[in-house]
Amino acid sequence: MSKIRIATTSLAGCFGCHMSFLDMDERLVALLEHVEFNRSPFTDIKHCGPCDIGLIEGGVCNADNVHVLREFRDNCKILIAVGACAINGGVPAMRNHFSLRECLEEAYVNGVGVENPQIPNDVELPLLLDKVHPIHDVVRVDYYLPGCPPSADEFLKILGDLLAGKEPSLPNNLLHYD
Amino acid sequence: MSADTKQNTITIDGQEIPFLAGQTIMDAALAAGVYIPHLCHRQGLTPHGSCKLCVVDADNRSVSACTMPAVAGQRISNNTPALNEVRKTITQMLFIEGNHICPSCEKCGDCTLQAMAYHLGMLDGHFPQFFQRRKVDASHPTIMLDRDRCILCELCVRASREVDGKNVFAIAGRGINAHLIVNSASGKLVDSDLETSDMAAHICPVGAILIKEHGYEVPIGQRTFDLHQVSEIGLEKTILTKARQPDE
Repeated sequence: MSKIRIATTSLAGCFGCHMSFLDMDERLVALLEHVEFNRSPFTDIKHCGPCDIGLIEGGVCNADNVHVLREFRDNCKILIAVGACAINGGVPAMRNHFSLRECLEEAYVNGVGVENPQIPNDVELPLLLDKVHPIHDVVRVDYYLPGCPPSADEFLKILGDLLAGKEPSLPNNLLHYD
Repeated sequence: MSADTKQNTITIDGQEIPFLAGQTIMDAALAAGVYIPHLCHRQGLTPHGSCKLCVVDADNRSVSACTMPAVAGQRISNNTPALNEVRKTITQMLFIEGNHICPSCEKCGDCTLQAMAYHLGMLDGHFPQFFQRRKVDASHPTIMLDRDRCILCELCVRASREVDGKNVFAIAGRGINAHLIVNSASGKLVDSDLETSDMAAHICPVGAILIKEHGYEVPIGQRTFDLHQVSEIGLEKTILTKARQPDE
């Protein structure tokens, strides 16, 4: 049987969800008998190819996030919002209390210890969005895996269900938002 | 069964439950140990009817169990998949309307709204987030107000008015602009009579009214809803005691 293809990415995330994924420790070995990774911080693949499952960590905070997220949606049969940020914007969405200009000026102009104050404007840099958004504001999402981060057990449960061809479900004792 | 006993019972999900004259469906259910989900109801305070979590079907009409009087012979559906789905939707609406960022909230694990969402199996907010900008009031030396998390349950309003006798809080504004205000000339908490020992300072079911310098004192695994389900009857007392004496 061919392996299930999984792609993962971190948008406005902290990589904590990826670390939590790796927290499944030696159970990863058994999992890798059934899955292979496409585009992911774990691999060197630059663009997402056709995949069965896409795991998205982090909210959407800049233009590049939007492009990556759309690439994943176009290529993944099942897209899963992983963690609080992807689900509701998470802690980064606390910047939505302020205007983008206020945030940038605080960091790059008025911040403590800033030398040669200026807001970075090189075309290489993706522009920040006005607000941080959950990923379901941009693309359709198939499943949600809550937690900040979700535990390794949650990853195993949802992937296990999908590998078994079942509708994923989280038992109450695995459900948490923190 | 005699006609007498039948006059004094209602049926919830097929279970016969006795009630006293004047009791609401919620009163009778709680007294009988039957859980009806609720956020704005608290025994001893005037029912409010704002959260709508306690919606039940009584004789095929949707009613709020906390305000609807029990009537002999009433047939009520409560714990059904359809009603719990409605309740989940209401809980999602509460989450997306405020800024409920649980990972950075001091009330996480001790929050009734969060526990309700767990109870109902809520995985996401479903609706677009409102991302409202709301004011924090940190003027009081020992108590603070984070309106981002307020669900307008009015428990603090009622506790202050009916138990503490101080009338510190009120809800002002219409529609989506409704928000918690402080009844002082300046509108600031510091200019109110609110004290740390008041019921109103502890009754908040979410992280909107907080005692300063008492966050993150309980280890993960030992917080209220790490140990309890929101559906346990009589949990309010445990929560209130814990809020007053976080070390115990």
